[in-house]
Amino acid sequence: MGSTKEKNTQNDTNVVLEIEDLQLGFGEKKVLKGFNLKLFKGEKLAVMGRSGSGKSVLIKCVVGLIEPDNGRIEVLGKDISGLDQNMMDDLRADIGFLFQGSALYDSMTVRENLEFPLRRHTEKFNPDKTDKMVQEALEHVDLEKAIDLMPAELSGGMARRVALARALILEPKIIFYDEPTTGLDPITAKEIVNLMNEVQKKFKASSLIITHDVDCVRRFADRIILLLDGQNYVEGTFEELSSSEDPKANMFFK
Amino acid sequence: MAEKLSIYKKISPFFIEIGELTRFAQRFFKEAFSPPMEFREFLRQCYNMGNRSLLLVGVTGFILGLVFTLQSRPTLEDFGAAAWIPSMISVSIVREIGPVMIALICAGRIGSGIGAELGSMKVTEQIDAMEVSGTNPFKFLVVTRIMATTLMIPLLVIFGDAIALLGSAIVENIKGAISFQLYFNLVFDALQFSDLLPATVKTFFFGFAIGLVGCYKGMNSEKGTSGVGKASNAAVVYTSMLLFVLDFLAVLISDILYGIN
Repeated sequence: MGSTKEKNTQNDTNVVLEIEDLQLGFGEKKVLKGFNLKLFKGEKLAVMGRSGSGKSVLIKCVVGLIEPDNGRIEVLGKDISGLDQNMMDDLRADIGFLFQGSALYDSMTVRENLEFPLRRHTEKFNPDKTDKMVQEALEHVDLEKAIDLMPAELSGGMARRVALARALILEPKIIFYDEPTTGLDPITAKEIVNLMNEVQKKFKASSLIITHDVDCVRRFADRIILLLDGQNYVEGTFEELSSSEDPKANMFFK
Repeated sequence: MAEKLSIYKKISPFFIEIGELTRFAQRFFKEAFSPPMEFREFLRQCYNMGNRSLLLVGVTGFILGLVFTLQSRPTLEDFGAAAWIPSMISVSIVREIGPVMIALICAGRIGSGIGAELGSMKVTEQIDAMEVSGTNPFKFLVVTRIMATTLMIPLLVIFGDAIALLGSAIVENIKGAISFQLYFNLVFDALQFSDLLPATVKTFFFGFAIGLVGCYKGMNSEKGTSGVGKASNAAVVYTSMLLFVLDFLAVLISDILYGIN
């Protein structure tokens, strides 16, 4: 798997996210049993795995929502285990997160949803420019007219696009996508993936996508890691993995 | 031995719950007095809880005053004590019935609302999204709601008491031919400082309990829609029980301090 090796030999200064020996369990059940990952600058990396294999908890560990039992997570050169709440919040300004179900705040309008991440980081952005930033973020996802709607008035695809605009409003260096196409029809799912690609080009961010949607991975990811039994099973490009003779890899790609 | 173990297994979740609730309350006090303050959200919650409960509290208070007076009048008339109705009703409503009834209604409306809202926010990852965007969800969602209930429940109780007395005054005006002015003169003559102060102070605790239990149940909601339903339901049940316990304690303390006999 030549191209994988190529990626892995990139200069370590290009690593924006590094996970080493990540372990996590819920009671007796061990979900992650020593997972490793390196995400490089500008790269689009996908982690695939079966439902309940620990994909979502993996990125929740990375953003500090869940504390792992063991292992090291370094985001943008900072070991997150050594960060206090304020330092973690500062680091989160460089992270965009698209949640599985969009996770828009029900009681707020689209505008308020987008303004929300700006509240904590006003030192980074001029509050007078908030309006303009919200408008621009909505333009990226082609939803300028939805600015005063409530989340309940949006379709599933629109909600996902608004959630993407919210994830992008702080111009993050890393974007995490948790099952971005789950629950969407194939056409809307395709639109979301196209949008993710456009965003990637525009912001030149690094992306980590957690999914089991093969079409989404094919159209988006530069590199794929298969997460099986809580560990890295195999990694490579879509072409490499889809043509692999490995029976477990075949479960996903064939 | 096996019997003891089974009793322990049955009662231990109750004490664990009490312990967790106490830790939750501790965290509230720690977060409530550290910056930044979420003042805008606090005002929004005050508006939601206070203004939007006015009609419910008003209607309930009015009917309470009407019914209480209508039910008491025949018995008191038999004893030739109808003239005591204004003072009896006012002391009963202000000291006990008003605060407890209105707090119970608010536990149903506000407590269950908080439990359901926070529960659904938790299961749809909105709370996680808030944390990822650099906002402390406990401060933004929990502290503001508990502070709002602590402030608004006493105000709603005062409003409800006033409407209940108005309802009672209408009955007395019609049935007893007492003017409104005379009725309210008798009411204010009967009410003492020792009636008003403990009754008002305990409503702050009622408000705190409604907010605390609602938030605790919502933030600890289980996954799925049934989890949200359970959180909402448990918020009402636990708060209602806690209100009676708090009321009992408040009466005991008032008795020690002011000797209410």
